[in-house]
Parts: sequence; C-alpha cells; structure tokens
Amino acid sequence: MQDKSHSSYKQLEQKSKYTNMFLRWFLYFVLVIFALYFIFPLYVMIVTSLKTMEEIRQGTLLTWPSGLNFDSWLVAWGGRGYGAGDTFLKPYFWNSIKMVVPAVFFSTFIGAMAGYVLTKWRFKGDKWVFLFLLFGCFIPYQAILLPMARTLGVLGISNSVIGLVLVHTVYGIPFTTLFFRNFYVSIPSELVKAARIDGAGFFKIFFKILLPVSTPIIVVTIIWQFTQIWNDFLFGSTFSFGEAAPIQVALNNMVLSSTSVKEYNVDMASAIIAGIPTLIVYVLAGKYFIRGLTSGAVKG
Amino acid sequence: MKTLKIEELSKNFGSTEVLRKINLEIDEGNFLVLLGPSGCGKSTLLNIIAGLETINEGNVHIDDYNVSKVEPKDRNIAMVFQSYALYPSMNVRENMIFGLKQAKVSKEKIEEQLEKVSKFLQVDALLERKPSQLSGGQRQRVAIGRALVREPRIFLFDEPLSNLDAKLRVEMRREIKKLHQQLKTTVVYVTHDQTEAMSLGTNIAIMNHGVIQQNDTPENIYNKPSNTFVADFIGSPSMNLIKGNLKESSNKVSFITNGSNIEIPINGYDFKEKSDLDNKEVFFGIRPEHIFFKKSNEEDFEINLRADLSEYIGHEQIMTFNFKNQEVLAKFPSTVKIDLSKNTKLFFDLTQISLFDAKTEERI
Ligand SMILES: Nc1ncnc2c1ncn2[C@@H]1O[C@H](COP(=O)(O)OP(=O)(O)OP(=O)(O)O)[C@@H](O)[C@H]1O
Ligand SMILES: [Mg+2]
Repeated sequence: MQDKSHSSYKQLEQKSKYTNMFLRWFLYFVLVIFALYFIFPLYVMIVTSLKTMEEIRQGTLLTWPSGLNFDSWLVAWGGRGYGAGDTFLKPYFWNSIKMVVPAVFFSTFIGAMAGYVLTKWRFKGDKWVFLFLLFGCFIPYQAILLPMARTLGVLGISNSVIGLVLVHTVYGIPFTTLFFRNFYVSIPSELVKAARIDGAGFFKIFFKILLPVSTPIIVVTIIWQFTQIWNDFLFGSTFSFGEAAPIQVALNNMVLSSTSVKEYNVDMASAIIAGIPTLIVYVLAGKYFIRGLTSGAVKG
Repeated sequence: MKTLKIEELSKNFGSTEVLRKINLEIDEGNFLVLLGPSGCGKSTLLNIIAGLETINEGNVHIDDYNVSKVEPKDRNIAMVFQSYALYPSMNVRENMIFGLKQAKVSKEKIEEQLEKVSKFLQVDALLERKPSQLSGGQRQRVAIGRALVREPRIFLFDEPLSNLDAKLRVEMRREIKKLHQQLKTTVVYVTHDQTEAMSLGTNIAIMNHGVIQQNDTPENIYNKPSNTFVADFIGSPSMNLIKGNLKESSNKVSFITNGSNIEIPINGYDFKEKSDLDNKEVFFGIRPEHIFFKKSNEEDFEINLRADLSEYIGHEQIMTFNFKNQEVLAKFPSTVKIDLSKNTKLFFDLTQISLFDAKTEERI
C-alpha cells in the first residue's frame, strides 16, 4: 500500500464519520418534533379532562391541573343523575360493543373463507370475483347509504344494532378478503394438495391446516376492522338514532347538543373514553400487527 | 396387470397445452423417473396421477381400474412434495397420522404403523417437534414417513430432494433407493436432475414440452438415445452432435463431416432401417467419454484434431477440439497433458456412437 492512498482513506473515513453524526442528530431532531406534534393534542385532552371548569377558564390550555379530579369522567360515563336531556356514554358504549364484536367476527371469518377459496380452490371466473371484491374496497361510504337504508328497511332491521352489524360486515368483506387472500397466496398450495391426499375435505383443510397458521393476518384484520367499525360515524348516524346509536354518534350528540355552558372537561373525558377501546386493541395486538404486515411467507 | 397405466392423456390450462398424448405403463414394483427440463409438465402429470388435477383427454388406470374420476384419497397413492408440505401447526406425530385419522383407522393400528415407520426412518425421537424445529433432511424424512404410514400402492415423489444441499441430496438419494429395495412399492419420481434419475430409476421417461421423448431403461437412455433432445439432455457434458453426411458405397457406410475428406467408417452401427442411406444428412453423436487419447480397442478410429480449450475439474478435464469448425468435447483424466492449439491424436470408440437424421432429429 502506498502512503498517499493510506492518508486519503483516513480523511475520507473522518469525513464520513462527521456526516453520519450530523445526519443522526438531525434525524433525532426531526423525530422529536414529530413526536411532540402528535402527542400535544392528547396531552391537552387528558389535562383538560382532569380540570374543573373553574381551572379551565382561568388557566391556559397547557397548564397542569391542580389535582387528579375524575369528576368529569364520571359524568361522561354515567351522567349527572337527573332525568331528561342527560346524555351519557354508558349505554351507547355497550351498543358499540354489541355492534363491533359480531361485526368484526363475521367480517373476519367470511374474509378468511373467501381468501381461502380464492387462493386454494380456484374456479372458473375467480379472477373476476376477486376483481369485484377489490372494487368494493374503493366504493365510498356515501355511495351505499341509500341502497343500504332500503335494504335494512326491507329486512326490518333499520335503527337496530343488528342492522349496523350487517352493514359493517358487508362493507368490511372486501377488505378482509383482500387481507386473507394476499396472506394465503404465500402459503404453498402443496399443503392443500397433501391434505387432500390425506383425505381432508374443504372445511377440515381450512380449520385444521390454514387457520392455525393465520394468526398474524387474523390480528391485522381484527385491528383494522375494529378500528373502522368502532370509529365509524357515518353509518351509525345514518342507520340509527336514539337508543340504538353507537358511541361515536352519542359522543357527537353530547358535545353538540348541550344547551348550557360548554363543559370542555366532560367533552374531553368522553372523547377519550370513546377512543380507549381502539387503544387497548392496538396495545394488546400491535406487536402482531407489525409482524403480520411485514411477514410475507410462512414457510415450513 | 399394470400397477399404473396412462392412456392418451392430454391436459391444457386454458389455451396452453401442457401434456400431449401421454402413454405410460409401469409394472408392479418398478421405479419410474419422469425427467425433463423445467416447465415440461412433470409435476402436472404427477398431480394428474394423484387426482389433484383434472384431465382433458385420456385415462389413468391404477391396478386396471380407471381412476379418472376417483378422489385423491381413494386412489391408494401417497405423495411427497418438493416443499415437504408438512402441516405447520401439527407436530411430527400428528403430521404422520393425519391421513390415517381421516381414514378412520383404529387407534391401535395407527400407533402400530407410526411406531414401525418412525423407527424405520429414524424420526422416532422427533415425534413431538413442530416442522419448523426440524432440519431440511429431517423434514424430508417426515414427509416420506407421512407417505409410508398409508402403505400405498404407488408412491409419487415430486422433486423431493431439490431443496437439500448437495451432500445431503446424495445421502437421501441412497436412502430412497434402499427404501425402494426393501419395500418394493411402485414409485413415480419426478426430477430434473439426471444423476438422480439414472441412479434411482428402473425406467426413465424423458419429457419435453409435454411429450414423452423416450421411455426406457437408464442404460438404453444413455447408450441409445432415441432423438437428439434425449442425446443432448443426458450426460455431462452432453453428447457431441457432429453434422455431416452419410456415404454408402459397395455395402460400406461411412460418415463425412461438412468440408472434410475424412471418412469415418460406421459399418458396425446397428441401423434401425438400412436403406436410403447414401447422402443422408445426419448428426454423428459421440459422447465425450468415448473419445480417448490412446488406442484402447482395435476398432477405434484414429483422428487428428486441434485442441482449443481445457477445463480442469479436479479428477478429470474437459477438452474442446476443433473438427472442421465444429466443437468436439472430450473427457480425459486430469493427469494427461495435452498442448493447446496443436493437433492431437484422438481415438473415437465407434461401438458407442449414435446417428440421428438431421431433419427429423430421430435416431436412425
Ligand atoms: N395452474 C396452472 N395454470 C396455468 N398454467 C399452469 C398451471 N400449472 C402449471 N402450468 C404451466 O404448465 C407447464 C408445466 O408445469 P409443471 O409444473 O408441470 O412443470 P414441471 O415440469 O413440473 O416444471 P418444474 O421442473 O419447474 O417443476 C408450465 O409451463 C406451467 O407454466
Ligand atoms: Mg414441478
């Protein structure tokens, strides 16, 4: 080696070290800015929900509450205890649960079946079926409001939780099918062939062989569907009112319809309560969510 | 009675023709290898035998019964796949007995079979493991075990060794051969590896573009290829095919390559039909291993060719010679020293040659 090239290597090494260091600090800086930006609204919500109205009027958005005061949370959840006009979240929360659990279950299950058929039991025209399902993903919510209202009317389940379950199941199937189809194409068809030779039928292959390896995609689908359905406002407000409304609709009514003073602390507490279940689902299953999104093949 | 008989079988996927008029017969206990380049329809044919694919034309008989409309599970076959296809959520035991459980075999019988087969294949220590906790070779054994416990009439193998590394492949190849010697079950085995085909098969069917080119014993496939495709496909390096013409005069036949005056006498060649030979355009086929650097046989034909290239591969070397601008490859022990760009004396073993019609590319 020549001395000259040696020293120039050293220089280059130094230079790239400084560049890397700078880029790294710059990256952290940007990340911190973004993190603050996203966390700020949540901070304001939590802080505000813990304040009394007095504190809210006197302080700024950012001031720390004087103590842990959960009164507004209790009001948001259970009301003040006087009769007419007192809207609170508890009954609607259960409405939402009663809607979201079966809707997520059915749409996930049907999507899994459909994905299984589309990948492992190919039939004439299956490409078209898949294309139409894909098309279903691009139909905007608004476009199906009227036909759906009519359908629910004919079935006699308008303004009911069951009606909403049906709406969300049907609207979710294109997405869930897409998820499961894309997952199942990566599973070797030889598995299905081996099982057929072993004498397993259509359902046995599905339940005994494919479903047990589908955990990642099931989790992804559940998170997706749960978030969609729980957070939905349009279907809820169109196809239900009063008693049968889901939580998002009730939240809206609560915040908008209060005739007296705006109770920011109760509003904030209600909004957080309405958001908690999705948070829980994410925390419990988030690890799988990332894994499911990134894992392509599950060979072996 | 033929264990397996395939008649005039054709198959197409939409407009692509994958198999064309396949005829095959296998006697009880034979080991048939389907050999051919990628995409020639080997797996499709195997899947049709298993009943996993539909048939467009023709029939499949097992033990003289037409099974064309019989379900895979009722055909009395078992199949081993390239990707092993072990059920990922089940352990080795459950994998192996899954088929028997479906067939509602009694518990005692299942246990008995499982014990016998797992001992035989030396997987009895792995029974509680999941497939993901096994090595490639172990997975392969379990996959074979899953096929064995069913005690089928016919074993179908679809490139079972191609996912293994070179060393393990040779070991497993020997094990499959031993297995067949002991069990004497009929086997149909798909591969695109000619060494595997040669060493395992009692019969080899060479396929190309959905057509069977030759179905014969390994010896005949190697020594008497029925067309230039087979000649070229088998052997490494493959057979030299030298273009030229035949000359017939006063009952003596000889071969002359284009632009040369060297006459290679081929009187000893076993022609299929000894007529109309004069001036026929042909390929003169000779394997690299049948060209020698010293005379070993009285009838060997002596010829002087220029050496152009030498490839050293350890125990031997592959030399490329120039024969009137056509390349001729020869295989010598690596101890032999041959100068490049010089004429070298070579000897053709004329008892081992093949001749092909240049137009039809069929053996004559
Ligand atoms: N389901 C299918 N639809 C359409 N074409 C197919 C289908 N399955 C196989 N083919 C085509 O049929 C031909 C034969 O396929 P096959 O899998 O039998 O080949 P192969 O000989 O087993 O090849 P390889 O050695 O690569 O496994 C290929 O050209 C393939 O593209
Ligand atoms: Mg194949």
